[in-house]
Amino acid sequence: MIDVQHIRKDFPILNRIVNGKPLIYFDNAATSQTPQQVIDVIVDYYSNYNANIHRGVHSLSQEATDAYEQARIKIQKHFNAKHPHEIIYTSGTTDSINLVANGFSSLLKKDDEIIVSALEHHSNIVPWQMLCERTGASLKVIPMNEEGELILSDFDALLNDHTKLVFVNHISNALGTINSIEYIIDEAHKVGAAVLVDGAQSCPHIKPDVQALDVDFYVCSAHKLCGPTGVGMLYGKEDWLNKLPPYQGGGEMIAEVSFEKTTYAALPHKFEAGTPNICGGIAFGAAIDYMNSIGFDNIAKYEHELLEYATEQLQKIEGLKIYGTAKEKTSVISFNVGNIHPYDIGTILDKMGIAVRTGHHCAQPIMDFYNIPGTVRASFMFYNTKKEIDTFIVALKKAVMMLS
Amino acid sequence: MTIEDVQNEIIDEFAMFEDWEERYQYMIDLGKDLPLIDEKYKTEDNIIKGCQSKVWVHANMVDNKVNFTADSDAIITKGIIAILIRAFSNQHPEAIINANTDFIDKIGLKEHLSPTRANGLVSMIKQLKLYAIAYQTQLN
Repeated sequence: MIDVQHIRKDFPILNRIVNGKPLIYFDNAATSQTPQQVIDVIVDYYSNYNANIHRGVHSLSQEATDAYEQARIKIQKHFNAKHPHEIIYTSGTTDSINLVANGFSSLLKKDDEIIVSALEHHSNIVPWQMLCERTGASLKVIPMNEEGELILSDFDALLNDHTKLVFVNHISNALGTINSIEYIIDEAHKVGAAVLVDGAQSCPHIKPDVQALDVDFYVCSAHKLCGPTGVGMLYGKEDWLNKLPPYQGGGEMIAEVSFEKTTYAALPHKFEAGTPNICGGIAFGAAIDYMNSIGFDNIAKYEHELLEYATEQLQKIEGLKIYGTAKEKTSVISFNVGNIHPYDIGTILDKMGIAVRTGHHCAQPIMDFYNIPGTVRASFMFYNTKKEIDTFIVALKKAVMMLS
Repeated sequence: MTIEDVQNEIIDEFAMFEDWEERYQYMIDLGKDLPLIDEKYKTEDNIIKGCQSKVWVHANMVDNKVNFTADSDAIITKGIIAILIRAFSNQHPEAIINANTDFIDKIGLKEHLSPTRANGLVSMIKQLKLYAIAYQTQLN
């Protein structure tokens, strides 16, 4: 059970007054808010043990190193990776994807094929297009249906001996569809292809078990699950991470350097060149602790209630169309009302203290599919309430009246 | 009327409104009344980049005065353009180049000047001034 009033006290920002009204924050799919417990960890780090890590002999450096590596273990346990060194700290999901794409550029050849889904965020399309340009490999796309679900029979037809990589998001950021990644991983493995799952949207709602999924790479950002921005992770199976060449050169990532030859450090340091986001990594661990203290089963159940309630209320508004009506979806609702531009609705809602996202959500191919310029997207987290949804519905009706 | 006169007129109009709702309702109405751009000018070339909503602007010069027409697929954006065009149209290019845009702040639409705002009001002003610079070059 979720005691939402109690939980809301953890989030100081939820007391904000915006444009004269109490903030209603429904832009959680873009970034989640930060609880005091995580803010305290950040303040504590800079107040008490800020130091560069791994090679310092002094106490502060050792404390910071311990905290940073403890956080890695928290992340490892959370995602159930086999080893801590299979967790690579990155600056976020996009960075993680680019790391893998860059690594594969030396492994792919001309006739190889990469499969992405039609539901991808731009960050999961552009790096692969660049990779294909570099290697001569070709990019295939799993199409989606009107409900915003991937057409798995078409995916089966795309798989063949040339398929080397499959990239799919666990949950679509624009529509909230939960993709059948178990099926996709199994089928891809049958032809010997590796699978990268983008968990940016799933990590705040689902606790994935990377070993049970048998996924090759899983990536996410801390700021989507109550952590800070600028830090994220790449999970990779040990074998794969050993096969990929280093991403960036610099300090931390080397074992020995001479002008003739440099040998690279072991995992995970091979991929962590330079001074990392130390505080971010530690706070990432604290965010995972916080999420687990609430419990992912509780979170999923409560957010599903919010989703069903909001969907029901929204559907009562004349001319409102919801995009993405997959059977399996998370607490994200993308919609338009009549011919009103999503930007106009977002602007008026903002005047009433309500934060939603408008636009193409970095997923232009999806907008092209529906032939719309964009949508209004309301996305909920476990700290949102039905009462906020009620206020949002009243505000939305007012916006529609003003704009019609 | 000079650009400043028109801007003062707009400031006076907005001063009558008591809250954001009235201001926005007025902008929405201005947007609906915006003299539409000729369809033939709604080309990719005339789209102002950096806007979440699409904005088309076209300019021409008659008797050394620049006139603008424009359109957008979002009504609030159209309202903002309507205000800008009213301030800048039918003016000498040099006056447009030198005009300041403080009046936007004074009519309570400052938030639209933030560079993060997806309507691209900043890009819009820049585009109107670029047209003026181009016409000024013709006059020199």
